[in-house]
Amino acid sequence: MSRRWKAIGAFAIAGVVAAIAVTAAAAHSSSKHSTTFSGTLNIMGFGTNGDDVAKNRFAIAQKAVAPAKVNAPNGGFNEQQFLTDIASKQVPDLVYWDRSYVGTYAAKGALMPLDSCIKSDKIDTSQYRQAALQSVTYNGHIYGIPEFFDVRTLIVDTHVADTSGVTGKMLNTANPTVLKQAALKMYQHSGSQVTRIGFDPKLPEFFPLWAKAFGANILSKDGLHPDLNSPQAIAALTYANSLIQAQGGYNAFLAFRNTWDFFGSDNQVAKNQVGAWPMEEWYYNVLASSSPNVNVTAIPFRSKTGDPINYSTGSAWSIPKGAKNAAAACQWMKTMTNASTWETVANIRKAAYAKAGQYWTGLFTANSKADAAINKPTSGEPKKWASIINTVEAAEKYSFALPASPASAQFNTAWTNAVNRVLQGQQSPTQALNQAQKEAVAAIKQATKK
Amino acid sequence: MATAAVATRRPGPGDRARRWASGFRERDTWWAYAFLVPWAFGFVVFTAGAMVWGAIISFTNYSVVAPSHSVGLANYRQIASDPYALLSLKNSFEMTAIYVPFEMGLALLFASMLARVTRFDGFFRTVYYLPVMTPTVAIGGMYLLMFNGPYGLVDQFLGYLHIPEPYWLTDPNWIKPGIAAMLVWQVGGNTVLYLAAIKNVPQQLYEAASIDGASAWRRFKDVTLPMISPTLFFTFVILTVYGLQVFDQIYTAFYNPSNAKISSDTSLMYVIYLFQQAFDYLHMGFASAMAWLLFGIIMVITAFQILVSKRFVYYEGEQR
Repeated sequence: MSRRWKAIGAFAIAGVVAAIAVTAAAAHSSSKHSTTFSGTLNIMGFGTNGDDVAKNRFAIAQKAVAPAKVNAPNGGFNEQQFLTDIASKQVPDLVYWDRSYVGTYAAKGALMPLDSCIKSDKIDTSQYRQAALQSVTYNGHIYGIPEFFDVRTLIVDTHVADTSGVTGKMLNTANPTVLKQAALKMYQHSGSQVTRIGFDPKLPEFFPLWAKAFGANILSKDGLHPDLNSPQAIAALTYANSLIQAQGGYNAFLAFRNTWDFFGSDNQVAKNQVGAWPMEEWYYNVLASSSPNVNVTAIPFRSKTGDPINYSTGSAWSIPKGAKNAAAACQWMKTMTNASTWETVANIRKAAYAKAGQYWTGLFTANSKADAAINKPTSGEPKKWASIINTVEAAEKYSFALPASPASAQFNTAWTNAVNRVLQGQQSPTQALNQAQKEAVAAIKQATKK
Repeated sequence: MATAAVATRRPGPGDRARRWASGFRERDTWWAYAFLVPWAFGFVVFTAGAMVWGAIISFTNYSVVAPSHSVGLANYRQIASDPYALLSLKNSFEMTAIYVPFEMGLALLFASMLARVTRFDGFFRTVYYLPVMTPTVAIGGMYLLMFNGPYGLVDQFLGYLHIPEPYWLTDPNWIKPGIAAMLVWQVGGNTVLYLAAIKNVPQQLYEAASIDGASAWRRFKDVTLPMISPTLFFTFVILTVYGLQVFDQIYTAFYNPSNAKISSDTSLMYVIYLFQQAFDYLHMGFASAMAWLLFGIIMVITAFQILVSKRFVYYEGEQR
């Protein structure tokens, strides 16, 4: 039998196993609630065309709200469509979106606070990670049930590091001077063209992580007071920008980075085009499936005090005000995010991966109980992937998130534009962040004006 | 006398109304209106209706999700004091000023070349027109690949010619020319229009000019250009409006959430900022005021273009 047919057979068996597991999990889940659901549960942002984890959880949650019908058109959250729905008073019962939306819509009164849902369905909020909960909590009320949880660690191409004489200890963000030396050791160029990035600080996207590492809280816990131009934030941007400027300058640096085959087998790690960079945990899964033999490891991102830190983002479920089937929506959120559902689908994936000879790189959720149960290396897994799972799992505990803000989009635009102005040489970090601070303060003031 | 008086009387509104009503005795009139109704319905509901609604909410703090109230002219005043609104307007003007002559010049060059092709001319017209069929979002995506520093196809071509390759995506000096170059991808549409106009120029004019000893350049300057000036003027107006309103390609290339890393103050066009205000920040009232301001600006520019065109555009058969 060819490898291809073996793989097809493995996935077919895994499919049958998944069906049985999902049915069992659904029976387990539905036995816990006594409410009878009816009508249709309209969902925006979560269709039936996702990956195996999405599909299997969908099936479990669908059974948990039966006999209610589930209407979940494919496609991600569409803000324009959502606004149209609100304007026409035909809101979906449930939206699945990025947690950064929650504060803005909660502040404008477009979302249902979930206090009664959490109470009536006995949703254990202690199972969710604090950072995730913080990003869906506005004015003391929870407006979203967090789902996935991005964990950012340093991905290190160990081949590049070893051949450049860079050790793991040198790749320590707590020691900016040594880190820069390591970056320059791994950096390569040909004339004005970059041929290898030593260390990519991932600007502008990861500016909040650098700011936090340097001791800045760029937004207060209540999401109302930005502090983008603190000395720590300015120092963080100055340093992270200097890493790029020292490695060919922003133009050459980004142009080279844009050539990477990010999701393919000739990705930047496989081709040794980068030494190290901070990245979300899902990229280990990309590497494990597209180029499983790459020499790679994970190192936690550390603050200047030496402690690990993780800037977390992710998705959440929310119920818009005016939803007609809030009871089913509440049950759906609970089922989709509880530990048993995550465990069920993770086990299905592990079995499928094992049969297909693919490596398990973890599944990181906003549910700490679930993560503790599912993120254990599988037997026979190469050490490098096992070690990565352990590092990412450990980093989860040191997470922070940007709090829910009534002007999240404008706040994010303000600091993103500021970082880009610095990268493109139009302003100094101080000028750029001073401007961003003014813009963020004005935006939040306007958003909270009655 | 009475007959003469009737004959010289100008038709009044009543006459015009009677003539209009009498048209309905003809079957063709009913058919004409039947065909016009779908368009009229679409225009009233989706264009005129939306414009009127936009005008109304431009005087409110409407955000879709929260209760709104009247704010008078505050949104219009805020535009004047919003640095990004002014910056984006300036960017749009500058980019349009680069794009319009570039597009018109290139289209004219291609049309002049195609006008000389006698064999397989249909094939070449199709080939030049094909890029117009490319979805605008795809053009934005392709731009990132084709104009990526020294690695993109365009830059590699420039490198082959030993021309220094600009960083179109990130160098503030090159972002607007880069965007203009991206928009020129659809030059085929105007090429076909110019080609049709050139083909309509009477051959005897060229023959007469040749007999008078006019060079190819003089024939082009003094015969072709005046004769196709109505088409040039039409495209000049349309391209100016398009340049000030262009959205899809720039949004896809620079403002798609996954590409936020290359967005910049230089790539922020007026319509992009309008979209951000409306759909990212939920400032629908402010965005509507921005839209109406742009409408007014375009109207003024178009009126100015029409005024100036009287000196430069030659309409055959027009009485002067």
